[in-house]
Amino acid sequence: MSTRRIFLRDSALAMIGTGAAPLWLERALYAAEAPAPRKKILIAIFQRGAADGLNIVVPHGEPAYYGLRPTIAIPRPRATDDKQADAAIDLDGFFGLHPSLAPLKPLFDQRHLAVVDAVGSPDATRSHFDAQDYMESGTPGVKATTDGWMNRALPAKEGNVSPLRALSLGSVLPRSLRGPQPAIALQSVGDFQIRNAQAAKSFEQLYLEAPDATLRATGRETFEAIAMLQAVQKQPYRPAGGAEYPRGRFGDSLRQIAQLVKAEVGLEMAFADIGGWDHHVNELGQRASEGQLANLLREYGQALSAFWQDLGDRMGEVVLVTMSEFGRTAHENGNRGTDHGHANCMFVMGGPVKGGRVYGRWPGLEREQLYERRDLALTSDFRDVLGELVAHHLGSSGIAGVFPGYTPKFLGLAGG
Amino acid sequence: MRKSTIVALVLAMVVGVLPPLSARSRKKGEETSSGAFQKPLPKDQRVEQALNRLTFGARPGDEERVKSIGLNKWIDLELHPNRIRENPVLTAKLKELDSLFMSSREMVQNYPAPQMVRQMVNGGLPYPSDPDRRMMIQKLVARFERRQQKGQNGESDPELARLLTADQMRQLRAGTPEQRLAAFEAIPIDQRDEVLAELPPGVLQGLFVVAPPELRRKFELAAGPQQVVARDLGEGKLLRAIYSNRQLEEVLVDFWFNHFNVFLDKGADRYLVTAYERDVIRPRVLGKFRDLLEATAKSPAMLFYLDNWQSVGSPARAAARRGLNENYGRELLELHSLGVDGGYTQKDVTEVARCFTGWTIRQPQLGGEFFFNERTHDKGEKTVLGVRIPAGGGIEDGEKVLDIVSRRPATAHFVSNKLAQRFVADDPPPALVERMAQTFLKTGGDLRAVMKTMLDSKEFWSVGAFRSKFKSPLEMVASSVRTLSGDVEFAFALNNQVTQLGEPLYRKLEPTGYSNSSAEWMNSASLLARMNFALNLANNRVPGVKVAAAEAASQGEASMGISLGSPEFQKH
Repeated sequence: MSTRRIFLRDSALAMIGTGAAPLWLERALYAAEAPAPRKKILIAIFQRGAADGLNIVVPHGEPAYYGLRPTIAIPRPRATDDKQADAAIDLDGFFGLHPSLAPLKPLFDQRHLAVVDAVGSPDATRSHFDAQDYMESGTPGVKATTDGWMNRALPAKEGNVSPLRALSLGSVLPRSLRGPQPAIALQSVGDFQIRNAQAAKSFEQLYLEAPDATLRATGRETFEAIAMLQAVQKQPYRPAGGAEYPRGRFGDSLRQIAQLVKAEVGLEMAFADIGGWDHHVNELGQRASEGQLANLLREYGQALSAFWQDLGDRMGEVVLVTMSEFGRTAHENGNRGTDHGHANCMFVMGGPVKGGRVYGRWPGLEREQLYERRDLALTSDFRDVLGELVAHHLGSSGIAGVFPGYTPKFLGLAGG
Repeated sequence: MRKSTIVALVLAMVVGVLPPLSARSRKKGEETSSGAFQKPLPKDQRVEQALNRLTFGARPGDEERVKSIGLNKWIDLELHPNRIRENPVLTAKLKELDSLFMSSREMVQNYPAPQMVRQMVNGGLPYPSDPDRRMMIQKLVARFERRQQKGQNGESDPELARLLTADQMRQLRAGTPEQRLAAFEAIPIDQRDEVLAELPPGVLQGLFVVAPPELRRKFELAAGPQQVVARDLGEGKLLRAIYSNRQLEEVLVDFWFNHFNVFLDKGADRYLVTAYERDVIRPRVLGKFRDLLEATAKSPAMLFYLDNWQSVGSPARAAARRGLNENYGRELLELHSLGVDGGYTQKDVTEVARCFTGWTIRQPQLGGEFFFNERTHDKGEKTVLGVRIPAGGGIEDGEKVLDIVSRRPATAHFVSNKLAQRFVADDPPPALVERMAQTFLKTGGDLRAVMKTMLDSKEFWSVGAFRSKFKSPLEMVASSVRTLSGDVEFAFALNNQVTQLGEPLYRKLEPTGYSNSSAEWMNSASLLARMNFALNLANNRVPGVKVAAAEAASQGEASMGISLGSPEFQKH
């Protein structure tokens, strides 16, 4: 804490020297002086391409699973032997995690990770495009919704709001965050700047004096965000708790979100995505721990686990939730892959989560139990999960505005 | 110094200098009260207003040109674009983007997606007739198969190692643009195609920003044939915005494409959007609304985008296991014609969808065309907005729906309001919208007449309208190049800039299109991108674009970049 104060004070002095002390600094100094109750933070992860939930959260207690997937099922958990590394990691005697998700097992055991199974969008579409759109808009079946569920879930605020309260990592603001509340897309924390310092000063002056109120306000937000992100970067970021983020875009995204959470820049909502889940061909390698799905899950699991380690007790106010547009066919196809399906799984992790459990009613995988005789059926709506986080974690009373037309049916997975 | 002192100091400065954030308002109510639309613009600002709104920004000399023609005559010309001779510079530049002139089917063949390439290998599809292209695709297939055999691991490529030395590879990967091109040109001519087929897409992308035009197409093809189509579209749009002599037509094509938005990256639409804009939208932007509506309704691009091609009427439903799809029916009413408050019900949506069953596409994945499938059409009786459509109808059921909605006052009003929002002000004066809607109804939806009513109005030429709108990203980028008389050799990087500013062209996912309320464009990420773009352009750091060097030097790089990135330049 003391390091942070000194760092903030030095930044403040430097800014006063140049005659540009932004509001956030004043807020941050107050925060350092007398910590206000910290803001709740919600982080959403989108697995684009339709992840194969049945091979991620493996229903190893369901015999039909092995019948439907003769060459690409994940083997039943084993106590101890040389094949353990290729078998599911048991969670509750019925479900198990894919072996590449071993780093998530400790989170589950410590009840910081909850799994929801047979969950997804009630809309029947099997188009990536439509299904992602519906999930991100939060309005399955309604195409004309213009904003995203996360933007609607941001509490409306007057006056001083951080320009970094809602952000995504990536070049384009995702559908989930689009809407009337300001939200920004960062290529990376280091990228949000004007490279010519002289020009930056001239611009700042021009925008602070702009006759147009919108330009003046947007200009101010922009230069505040630039200053904040510059200050955040003054010290090289070192993840705490021995956390090691995997190489690649997704690990980078989570590392930067962790950095911003810890820098107390006023973050309330963050979004990141990870693509490459559309495994129609050769989903698995020769063994369950090899091949496309295994590699991607390794990156995914390591990144989530690193984030959890890195944040440490800061996970107390953070909830991270993962989703994918739909699941994949219950049976494997002719190319050792799977095609577009229906229900899927979601992960919910964080301090306020009642973890260590698999939520959702299991619908079974016998032929007549399948959706349209081919896919895992849906027993929970993705809005049951997101809605509960909005209502109970963020404490929003406006759930009807966030998910219009949806009747709340929560699973009880997040603390009130 | 004590912390509390610092806080006090900071606070004092902040309060002294800055207005409270809550002063922010999305609507500019205080600046443009209804009175400002009654207040005529001084004569000397009328030409500026015309150039601001009816073009993608004034070039040096445009004001004088309009004055010498006469403002009214100039507007009349812009309303009759075929009387304007097109800029030969533009024609020459567009010629290089050959996919813009192909049918959807030709595009599929010449710039195939990976699954099409596979079909070519299996003999299910013919290879392109152009020998260069055929060879490149065969080479890509060979590479693909080699990679498949040895698994996903493409880290070290023995083929590349055979063709290039480590040093050459380094130059191609990480050299300056000039080094990269020199390294490529040092490769013996008879080996170049081999090398191209082997280079990873990332390296190729680095090359095509520096390559001369005749090589660029080759590089693009090797990097991924399918992406050429999207690139041509985006580059074509920028070139037209910057160079076309028919500026109002370009603005209107942008407006109407956006009104009838389709999304380029949805499956088959990758090959359908080019023809959609060229053959459906462009020829009709100053024609009858009813014609435009029908052309979009029958376009493969729209049928695919809003799923109508899969919509099947009840008798055929059981067999096809699919059934009625309401997407198009809903958006037709809500977004294309009546508007969300246009007085229709869910029942109307379903009835409209029933009328359009059987409106489908022949072989959509192969660039197929519209056809009416009698067998999947619901022949039952329908009632749409209170009008009975008798049982036993065919394709005319859908056509009747188009008749009904295009005659409705709600449609006249919705379309007029949207046009006024684009051309006059974010919150257009209702009286103007009403007069435009009257013209719409009187003329049977003649869009040129509606435009004329707007352009003859006192509101268009008012203080309230003048410079009241923010430029969209496309307007910002195009007007920057125009005002500097930039020379665009290729618009690939400019197109990326428009994306950075927040308007990926042809890639608005939602059927709503982009908002016509210009305040939507202003946010931190976009503003930052605008400022950086301005500096880069003025300093000739946007690949493919050269701005007048003499002018840049005389004014100093920073000052020119700063005026393009200034609050002033974001409005028009």
